[in-house]
Amino acid sequence: MTTLKQGTRVERWTPASRLAIGVVMIVAAGLALAPAFLGAGAVDRLTTLFIYVMLAAMWNALAGFGGLVSVGQQVFFGLGAYFAIRLADAGINPYLSLPISALIVGAISLPLSVLMLRLRGGEFAIGMWVISALTHMLVNLDTLVQGETGTSLISLNAYAMEDRRAFIYWLALASMLALLGMLFVLLRSRVGAAIQAIRDSEEAAASLGVRVVGTKRLLFVLAAVGVGMAGALWLATAVTFQPKTYFSVQWTAYMIFMVLVGGIGTFEGAILGAVIFFLIETWFGGTGVWYLVGLGVVAVLFSLLLPKGIWGEIERRWGLRLLPVGYRVVLPPDAGPAPSSSTNTKPDREA
Amino acid sequence: MLNSIIQGILLGGYYALIASGLSFMFSVMRIINLAHGSLAVVAAYALWVLAEKFGIHPFLGLLIVLPAMGLIGWALQRFVLERSIRSGALLPILTTFGLAIVIDNLLFEQFGADTRSLAPYIGSLSYDAFELPGGFYVGQLAVLTFAVAVVMLGGLQAMLSFTPLGRAIRAIAEDPDTAGLVGINASRVNALATGLAMITVGVAGAFLAMRATFDAYAGAPQLLFAFEAAVIGGAGSVWGTLIGGIVLGLAQALGAQIAPQGFLIGGHAVFLAVLFARLFIPGLGFSARVRSLFRRST
Amino acid sequence: MTLLVEALDVRHGQLQAVRDVTFSVAKGETVALVGANGAGKTTLLRAIAGAHPSKGGRVLLDDQDITHVPAHRRVGMGVALVPEGRRLFAQMTVEENLLLGRFAGRAGDWTVERVMAAFPNLEKRLHAKAGTLSGGEQQATAIGRALMSNPDVLLLDEVSLGLSPLVVDRVYASLEGLMEGGTTIVLVEQDLTRAMAVADRVLCMLEGRIVLAGPTSELTRDQVTEAYFGLHRQQGAA
Repeated sequence: MTTLKQGTRVERWTPASRLAIGVVMIVAAGLALAPAFLGAGAVDRLTTLFIYVMLAAMWNALAGFGGLVSVGQQVFFGLGAYFAIRLADAGINPYLSLPISALIVGAISLPLSVLMLRLRGGEFAIGMWVISALTHMLVNLDTLVQGETGTSLISLNAYAMEDRRAFIYWLALASMLALLGMLFVLLRSRVGAAIQAIRDSEEAAASLGVRVVGTKRLLFVLAAVGVGMAGALWLATAVTFQPKTYFSVQWTAYMIFMVLVGGIGTFEGAILGAVIFFLIETWFGGTGVWYLVGLGVVAVLFSLLLPKGIWGEIERRWGLRLLPVGYRVVLPPDAGPAPSSSTNTKPDREA
Repeated sequence: MLNSIIQGILLGGYYALIASGLSFMFSVMRIINLAHGSLAVVAAYALWVLAEKFGIHPFLGLLIVLPAMGLIGWALQRFVLERSIRSGALLPILTTFGLAIVIDNLLFEQFGADTRSLAPYIGSLSYDAFELPGGFYVGQLAVLTFAVAVVMLGGLQAMLSFTPLGRAIRAIAEDPDTAGLVGINASRVNALATGLAMITVGVAGAFLAMRATFDAYAGAPQLLFAFEAAVIGGAGSVWGTLIGGIVLGLAQALGAQIAPQGFLIGGHAVFLAVLFARLFIPGLGFSARVRSLFRRST
Repeated sequence: MTLLVEALDVRHGQLQAVRDVTFSVAKGETVALVGANGAGKTTLLRAIAGAHPSKGGRVLLDDQDITHVPAHRRVGMGVALVPEGRRLFAQMTVEENLLLGRFAGRAGDWTVERVMAAFPNLEKRLHAKAGTLSGGEQQATAIGRALMSNPDVLLLDEVSLGLSPLVVDRVYASLEGLMEGGTTIVLVEQDLTRAMAVADRVLCMLEGRIVLAGPTSELTRDQVTEAYFGLHRQQGAA
């Protein structure tokens, strides 16, 4: 029987993570001030980056933390945009209709989760895709949308271009930070421990009293709100709404790419993946079909050769964890290396 | 109305055809192959190229395409899926999804946006009809598709029930660890099973191309149909897949009676209804049925 | 066929289940592996069968190193394991389970008929689903399935587990023929009396190590019991 040495303590923060949080705050402040210094194109691109980060973080939350791989998240993306259109059409301020739309999407995802969370693995994945296809069709039936011709967020035109651009930028930045912040808090809370437990062994977790379905539902709804907000923001930047674009499975493809490359199940990985995707899109996005083929090939290669993603590998090799979402046991100086836990592990561990 | 029902049932034959490979692979290897539909489209294009460029009749073309599909399936399992599943049960979903994207877009790159069809190459089969008593007409192609589906499913069931390979496949599906202890090379058997699954996909692709038009991105809808048929039928049982296909076909045909978009909406709605029903009737599920896999009919 | 296990180290997750185990089994010998639960017996057997990877050491079959040979190929080489808990394919019939044993393609005398002769209680259950069998019938089927691969080395993991004494008697009676017939057998058995009654040699494991080994004729029950519970260690401890 080993006993705990004197002077052992459990910590959450490491020097690296303190530094990281500091950097994050500075970067966030810098980004907030960016529109004052950057040109129109750059502001637009950054807005797009924020949207990508949101998508990656949300898909990662669902798949990496919840173990729920969904090939149908585009349903929330499309609905986020759709409800924004509908709300604006009903007379609500177009800027306001964006977050409200996201909340509506979240509300809808709740009953949907009752049905969908009964499914496992691949069933859940394709099941969500079916939901997406069905929703797409139903949205097409709305006369306001005019089928595939689509419509636009017309009321947005009432605002001047520069103001619009800046405001949507800040809204996107705020949404991204809010969602990331929520995730961070979640992971550090009791729910975070529940997530880790569920990931390691659902049965064991349930036997300990962890509310497995409730936790998954929380992640499901959060992801829905996040992706819905992303869709609404995309609408705000693109102004036009063609169902085919928003409900396209392409969005899930992007999300999968970002998370696979960045690191599934790691908070930092999702952000990294989004940045990488953003860069690749900036450089190669114009090459049409080969761009997509390239994305697919990279995704396949990563899933076969580097399933933990870049950040996952970094974490594995150097134990670097920037965000304090786990616990560390700090042993007194004369002891050996300490074990540490983290919510950042791969989603499916073999028993 | 009766006409719709007949059409729906026959359509179900096609759905059973395309669902069989997906459901087979899931039952044996616990892998949902998201590239399933795209691979069917690959077969369709292959047959089209053989017909268009070399004048080979699609049915003859199958003699070339089906073995090729079998080989593709074998390679897919050995080099991609087997590796992928080692990293976790969910990885193959991502891998096959990536594969689907690659396949779809490569096809688009190669063949462009035009829709194709095998109908011009099969003569009058695409529109000939049998006349039934009561004045109904059923397409000969539709009947052939249904018949092929039944034969193929029957063959699959027979293989599983009576051959050593079939026993090995069932053993691996039930308990892969112990199967190894009994001397079964799981890797080899799984590769063969995937090869078989891909052959069914090839057949399905052929019939898809004969009864309808297809393009580079037609894979996704086919995947969804296959999945829906498999789930409705409570896949895990070979004949369940046939039933699932028929129900889906019926739902679509009857939905189309109500509204033009009703075709697809009807299918999705019935799928969701079955999913919903499972909330109250356990044991109807995809995974639950796997336990009663390939039951030998008493 | 001789089996030689040399300095075998096997881990079970984080736990070192088998530590530096060395022993050999001569052709036709019956060796009993005894020890408390968790001593490492099942892990050792599984490692010999190839179902469990080893971290160090070697397994040699007739001087051939099979340490890194996968399980299904070891069956082809003549090592068959009857796993703990039977592990039959419940959805398949008895006959199908037996026929699966042929998959390794080894030539030999064992056929379905011969298995029926060895385990007469299976005859009328030949076409029943394995999941519907009683404990004794399942055990017979599991042994029969292993025999169908015509093994040279038969590994039996706790064949008496969950069975009533009478049924266990019957199982062991059927095994008698095998034991006398020259098959090399390594069996794990919780019942010490029975183990010592059938085996030529006894190996006692404790916490992953072999703490006692010797021919049955030279060992007393008390000696084995002591080793089983690790009592011999405590006598030497401070």
